[in-house]
Amino acid sequence: MSQERYLTFVRPMLQRSTFAPLLALILLVLINLIFTPNFARLEIRDGHVYGAIIDILQNGTPVILLATGMTLVIATGGIDLSVGSLMALAGAVAALALTRYDQGAAVAIIAGLMIATAAGAWNGLLVTRVGLQPVVATLILLVAGRGIAQSLTLDQKIRFEYPAFEFLGNGSLLGLPFPLFVAGGVFALVLLAERRTVLGMYVEAVGGNLRAARLCGLRVDAVRFAAYVVSGFCAGLAGLIATADIKEADVANCGLYLELDAILAVVIGGTMLTGGRARLVGSLLGALVMQTLTVMLQMRGVVTEHTLILKALVALAVCALQSPRIPELLRRWSTQEVRS
Amino acid sequence: MRGITKRFPGVCALDSVDFQVRAGEVHALMGENGAGKSTLVKVLTGVHRPDAGALLLAGGRFEPSSPADAQRHGVHAVYQELNLIPTLSVAENLYLGRLPKRWYGADWRAARRRARQRLAEFNLSIDVSEPLGSFPAAIQQMVAVIRAVDANARLLVLDEPTSSLDRRETEILFANVARLKQEGLGIVYITHFLAEVYEVADRITVLRNGRRVGTFLTDELPRIELVAHMLGRSTEEATQLETQRPMKTSADGAGKCVLAAQQLGRRRAIAPFDIRIQEGEVVGFAGLLGAGRTEAARLLFGADRADEGQLAIGGRRVRRHDPRRAVRAGIAFSPEDRKASGIVPDMSIRSNIALVAQRFLSRFGIVSRALQDRVAEEFVERLGIRTPDLDRPVRHLSGGNQQKVILARWLASRPVLVILDEPTRGIDVGAKAEVEALIGELADRGVAVVFISSELEEVLRRANRILVFRDRRIVGELAGRDTDMLALMNAIANPDTQAG
Repeated sequence: MSQERYLTFVRPMLQRSTFAPLLALILLVLINLIFTPNFARLEIRDGHVYGAIIDILQNGTPVILLATGMTLVIATGGIDLSVGSLMALAGAVAALALTRYDQGAAVAIIAGLMIATAAGAWNGLLVTRVGLQPVVATLILLVAGRGIAQSLTLDQKIRFEYPAFEFLGNGSLLGLPFPLFVAGGVFALVLLAERRTVLGMYVEAVGGNLRAARLCGLRVDAVRFAAYVVSGFCAGLAGLIATADIKEADVANCGLYLELDAILAVVIGGTMLTGGRARLVGSLLGALVMQTLTVMLQMRGVVTEHTLILKALVALAVCALQSPRIPELLRRWSTQEVRS
Repeated sequence: MRGITKRFPGVCALDSVDFQVRAGEVHALMGENGAGKSTLVKVLTGVHRPDAGALLLAGGRFEPSSPADAQRHGVHAVYQELNLIPTLSVAENLYLGRLPKRWYGADWRAARRRARQRLAEFNLSIDVSEPLGSFPAAIQQMVAVIRAVDANARLLVLDEPTSSLDRRETEILFANVARLKQEGLGIVYITHFLAEVYEVADRITVLRNGRRVGTFLTDELPRIELVAHMLGRSTEEATQLETQRPMKTSADGAGKCVLAAQQLGRRRAIAPFDIRIQEGEVVGFAGLLGAGRTEAARLLFGADRADEGQLAIGGRRVRRHDPRRAVRAGIAFSPEDRKASGIVPDMSIRSNIALVAQRFLSRFGIVSRALQDRVAEEFVERLGIRTPDLDRPVRHLSGGNQQKVILARWLASRPVLVILDEPTRGIDVGAKAEVEALIGELADRGVAVVFISSELEEVLRRANRILVFRDRRIVGELAGRDTDMLALMNAIANPDTQAG
């Protein structure tokens, strides 16, 4: 590779923020197209589209939602560890509303979203008013959130039959899974707010330099608070979708470890954990990478333990690709070639 | 260093620059912001690799792969922002990474003993087990220098070492630099203070726009010519720049009062003071470092909360003052620590400029990119911010250009009062002149300015009246024709003569 070619072609590509996650996703899909039988096959039965790709998208909605909220929180320089537990909490509250309190789907959904959003507000208050470090502040609900859910449900799985509510998890619209539209809608809304309104700039200013943002007269606490609220809301929605999908509130397993998937998705997407930059599209790609990997390994019959290890390796590879050292190494390598 | 060339995307930071430092000499590296001083130092210390050219150290070829590698070869740099750890003790900072060892691990007692000895050699007697951060900047700086010397430095780079030191501390530093010189160290000295160069440097190399203008013996280079070389302007112009320092006469007092404070104060920061600032006047704050200038400015802006006194903005009493309210009332504040609380380093130039003005640029919170671009372009042009494009993160800009971005941010918000805390610190002569000119321009348009600077000449040149700070209180006010350097210095230094 000549240096000139490197400068004009390779480097701009490497510097595109979505390059690494996009490359990972394309590679994964290619590998699957070649090695996984029936990967690309789409079937239409009773007006619904079925297939591995649809599975990836549908099962990926919770992580997409979590990653969307998480991107905002991380961009303000924080982190939200509680989202997995909040999923369980929202699911439990909704299921209880349906069964124990005999409410309709609308009430169940609103109750689930409200509890998760309120929990997000609690996180935000701990960070901005009490001044706890975000890791500590959200660790509290990571532990307590699931605990509260378990005590509400008396540690039992709650099964329900309620088609209107189940639609949220496994309904379909225009032949495609309904959750896709929910996640897509939330993602588009947040993306729009980030790109087209002052919020995006405020989030990045607060995460990039809190003191400077304060001296610019920004309401730094309000911005940080809002990020946790949105993250809580997204977690609640994800929890409702996951719960509706399996028609049962499984408090012990709902959203378990998903906060880590979401954080990995955000990191793969190129958002720095130090804050100051929100890469929503990257996070979306990151979430898809994680989910493609999960579905692919399931389809190939790989055991769960190995799945976790492989996920970690892919995340490592994508992050390494984004390290500022890689272009430097490539450059050295290419100039050496010129010399020889 | 021979024929060093370094390119970055969009700019050629260094263009075949030659630079040579002898053992036992102090070699000043001068140039405007963006001239390539920092890049040259970074090549020298292994942060960047040159695209072309070669480094020679004591006759041998020298290719540092990292700062640590450069240090192993005896090339050390002490930067403006110290690369030490404030929470660790002085001794730990001195010997971090090369602690004296015994069989059971690190030998702390020996480390402390050696630290005390070394510091004593440099006339510092401090408790080496105290955290470094609890000492003034000057001492921290000396610790950084001593650390380098102790690690067998042969070549020492001092990057703006005096920018946060007061006069006395600077003298101590100079005495120590002279010592090091006699020990045979080569010293590269980077500063923006012309006077310092003539005090310490043996030779001067001037860079401009990535090229070496020349290397001169300090004794043979008149000040004016040095300035001319740095600016790339003719000597006549430079003469003007140096000599135009008549004190502006006092404002006639008829202007509208923009801000008034009564017995405003904050414990342990600044004693209660009164101030009235009128539109179109430039009020200078003068005093030594730590005299209370910054503290007073922060109270006026609401960055810190006053615990006594009253404040009125535009004739209306303000109860709970904070930056948000200040900004709404049209007050702008450029803080002294540009990196820590001024710029948002990873954000683009465009966003950094639009950050405050956003309120005017957006409708119902919807951002108009076109409007942002127009404002950003206007100020990049007006303030002469040097950048290939608006999308570049601000951290890539030189110090002077970063300062201009902060000024642009506030000017774009159409303020009525601008508080500038050390806006010219650490930036080059040309940018300084531009910032000064801007202050005059603002005042002409009726904007009130509070101008804080450690460079008394600047304050004398620009301010209509000067408040003098000493020991965390305002000790006097100077105005009118009788004010000159001598009077100001007297007011700052001498507790007996109260200026009126």
